[in-house]
Amino acid sequence: MTNLPDGLWGYLVLLGMALVFHEPWRWLGVVLGRDLDIESPLFSWVRAVATALVAALVMRLTLFPAGALGKLPPGVRVGAFAVGLAVFFLAGRKLAPGVIAGAFALIAGALAVA
Amino acid sequence: MPPAATPGQDAGPPPHPDAPAWTSGAGEMTAYAQGCSVAVEIPALILAATGAGFGALAHDAGIQFGHTAFMSVILFATPAQVVLIDQLARGSSIWGGTFAVMLTAIRLLPMTVTVMPLLRGPATVRWQYALASHFVAITAWTEAYRRLPKLPEQLRMPYFLGLGSALVMCLLMGTVLGYLIAGLVPPLLTSALLFMTPMYFTMSLVLNARQSMDWWALGAGAVLGPIMFIAAPGFDLLLTGLIGGTIAFLAGRPRT
Repeated sequence: MTNLPDGLWGYLVLLGMALVFHEPWRWLGVVLGRDLDIESPLFSWVRAVATALVAALVMRLTLFPAGALGKLPPGVRVGAFAVGLAVFFLAGRKLAPGVIAGAFALIAGALAVA
Repeated sequence: MPPAATPGQDAGPPPHPDAPAWTSGAGEMTAYAQGCSVAVEIPALILAATGAGFGALAHDAGIQFGHTAFMSVILFATPAQVVLIDQLARGSSIWGGTFAVMLTAIRLLPMTVTVMPLLRGPATVRWQYALASHFVAITAWTEAYRRLPKLPEQLRMPYFLGLGSALVMCLLMGTVLGYLIAGLVPPLLTSALLFMTPMYFTMSLVLNARQSMDWWALGAGAVLGPIMFIAAPGFDLLLTGLIGGTIAFLAGRPRT
């Protein structure tokens, strides 16, 4: 059990959360971005901010993940990440081989240290 | 409509040299359908796998099936969803969960800002921007950067709306599947599914990096992120984005 109410109230809580605290960031992005010049320094800066943010999110998801993934040893996660990235580059920057290799490396690593 | 657009006669600017073959003479419906067809490509499959990981996580946290599916549709941002489930599973209040969700949502602002100009076309209307913004999350952001510049301007918005709606469907189907199989597969498998997300994000950033500023932003974010997570948990993404992005902007600026 969690603090999220059952049934209809739960849906309403989630809807309110999304519309009041989550979605407005996207709407604000529409207002600010719609008429922005793609060649302007401001656009470059915002793009750099977004890129740095995603890179930080990647590190958080890998080094400090939630749930069962977080219970695996950090070395297994980092090692699997390195394997996936290496395969990605060796395969000529192809997404599928890299991601799949990383996932298998994680499973193999977790079984090896278990 | 933007006054600075094409001064030409009837045809707009010449087509992009790498424009896909389907674009010649294509209408908006064709572009929408082509956008939808992304559903069978790798990024959408990875998103579905992420959804399956999320669905399994929600099942284990004791969230109801309908609520779990609803989250994937109305939030459509897996980091926010995973953070929310994690908070709820740890016994956090609704407000605690809401605050965590809001902090992850701030990243959607710069992403939306940088996608919107790519969607500008001669016939784009306001409600389309609003609808398109709901699809902005990392997958749609990176795919927009990879695909939209090659398309003629008038096809970009319908293509993106197709891509976005297909991605929502993929996430939803993955979530449902993950929830249903959660008790049947070993937890290690769901961990591996969730692990695909950061890998895909990283590789997408590498594929989209064109200028030295992109590489600076990638490196600065990767180095500062963990430091900020320890120094200022909760605000780590925001601070890393602002500080790392500014460093990248200053260091990677083209010299003129």
